[in-house]
Amino acid sequence: MSKQTAAIIGPGNIGTDLMYKLLRSGRIEPRWMIGVDPESPGLERAKEHGLDASHEGVDWLLKQDELPDLVFEATSAAVHRAYAPRYAEAGIRAVDLTPAAVGPAVIPAVNGDEHGRADNVNMITCGGQATIPMVAAVSRVTPVSYAEIVASVASLSAGPGTRQNIDEFTRTTATGVETIGGAETGKAIIILNPAEPPMIMRDTIFCAVGPEVYEEQDAVAESVHRMVAAVQQYVPGYRLLQDPQFDPPSAQTRGQTKVSVFIEVEGAGDFLPPYSGNLDIMTAAATRAGEGMAAA
Amino acid sequence: MTVLGDPALNRLERTWSDELDIRLTDTCLRDGSHHKRHQFTADEVRSVVAALDDAGVPVLEVTHGDGLGGSSFNYGFSRTPEQELIKIAAETAQRARIAFLMLPGVGTKDDIRAAQGNGGSICRIATHCTEADTSEQHFTLARGLGLETVGFLMMSHSQPPEVLAKQARIMVDAGCQCVYVVDSAGALILEGVADRVAAIVTEVGAEATVGFHGHENLDLGCANTVMAVRAGATQIDGSVRRFGAGAGNTPLEAFVGVCDKLRWRTGVDFMKLLDASEDVVGPAMPEECRLDRMTMMMGYAGVYSSFLKHAGNAAERYGVSGARILQMAGERKLIGGQEDQLIDIALELRAEQDAHA
Repeated sequence: MSKQTAAIIGPGNIGTDLMYKLLRSGRIEPRWMIGVDPESPGLERAKEHGLDASHEGVDWLLKQDELPDLVFEATSAAVHRAYAPRYAEAGIRAVDLTPAAVGPAVIPAVNGDEHGRADNVNMITCGGQATIPMVAAVSRVTPVSYAEIVASVASLSAGPGTRQNIDEFTRTTATGVETIGGAETGKAIIILNPAEPPMIMRDTIFCAVGPEVYEEQDAVAESVHRMVAAVQQYVPGYRLLQDPQFDPPSAQTRGQTKVSVFIEVEGAGDFLPPYSGNLDIMTAAATRAGEGMAAA
Repeated sequence: MTVLGDPALNRLERTWSDELDIRLTDTCLRDGSHHKRHQFTADEVRSVVAALDDAGVPVLEVTHGDGLGGSSFNYGFSRTPEQELIKIAAETAQRARIAFLMLPGVGTKDDIRAAQGNGGSICRIATHCTEADTSEQHFTLARGLGLETVGFLMMSHSQPPEVLAKQARIMVDAGCQCVYVVDSAGALILEGVADRVAAIVTEVGAEATVGFHGHENLDLGCANTVMAVRAGATQIDGSVRRFGAGAGNTPLEAFVGVCDKLRWRTGVDFMKLLDASEDVVGPAMPEECRLDRMTMMMGYAGVYSSFLKHAGNAAERYGVSGARILQMAGERKLIGGQEDQLIDIALELRAEQDAHA
């Protein structure tokens, strides 16, 4: 099967890391890197790797004789909202790494197959990519009335976009915990930790499940282990730190069994430092989602 | 009453207003929420607010210990929804204003709007002391809503004065009217407080006031707070009976007594506050806040005070040392909000113990 061609919009850290992952892909050939700043080192780096690089923005890309099959949007929500209709008009399918949420949200290990034919998919948030698979693993086995995720990332890995829109992170992630994770109610918490050396991304997932589950923990634990393996297919540094923990129903758990899952996400170090697993899981998931679309 | 020490030393260059040298905020209904494991009842809040209001405490903070939206597995579920408690407090207080706390990343702008709707009028926004830029959107909103604003630089012991001053600048530029040096770990010592307060005073000048929030983990709450006031802080936090996280907060009644002796005007009636402490706040506490192995370890290792109960829970659940959990929390440089990681530490300690068994 011939590869589908792709343009990366946004030659920043995320776009550059994504380029390295796409260069290894068997289904996607990254051909263009698009920015708006002629001085961008990301454009220079892309040229070195044989991509056509332009600082004249998406308008330039859309004027080319040959157009990409896919674009990967690594800019901002505002930019993607503005350009999404024009990609669609041009018949270009989009993988959106911004919080714009124009298309359906995709977690490759959970619902990647459902949206292979979509024209625009959204990657939610880094915290969502890391934690929603665990919520889904539990909810596949038993109803989850409430799920809560705590994402801790290194301060250095949280850019101005995340910082100025931190409410957007918690809201979008909580919604994903419900719609894709399958929890009745979702909650998300994010912590930016400035420790030196920088901490590797860590996530904790708490699920409230029926009191009876405390007596039959194996199915939940097995489902969690299976899901970890599924995410590891595209994020090799995704690790379970402890076996899933089960706390019996009590007043503190509001009468439910509490399941706790502890995760660490170490990045592949393609371009971004390995501690920023939160960024790596976004580019890895976007690559996987794009490959799914290319194959569909 | 005599002025103790050198009268010149006790004269303050910065004061809160013409009537008050210092404005006090009691936080036993917010920081005390940690000690209470977030189990406040409506009646307790009503009676504590009534008593402290009657004693003349000008600001009372009421929220889940971890701020708006803190009710969770990670921090503990509230027995009574915090918005309900804020409403009760606002309805009960005759003179005192009701403050609420929010942490970006835990609470959201919607929570701020709801708290204002329930009668809260002072919005206190807390970030780790290097992450002030996560609070900009919330300060913008709070000021737009007409709320008075306070910024909390948590874990201030972990950064030098010049870093705190830069972070304070970010908050003030975003609309913060008072920046607090927050000694979340109770790890600051005397001049360490004064230097940090002074650096922020120099940075923000007349654009904002400066506050101090102390903890007792190394037994320095009142002394540190005196240092803060002398360095220019004009807003001060404390909790009656120390009712707060870790070994508790600066004991408000003791500090009011100290202020009386130093002739710093707080507007609070010392005798009435003592009565409130014995008759109303004490009975609402599950136990006194104690200086013990666990809480002193928090001050010593620089650990966020609200980790105390969670470390205790994890220690009990997995049969490991709570003090060792706290020490490792310090080594891992955990910050406020990372309560989940205490369980991971406990599991590691358990595995170590089992390997040596």
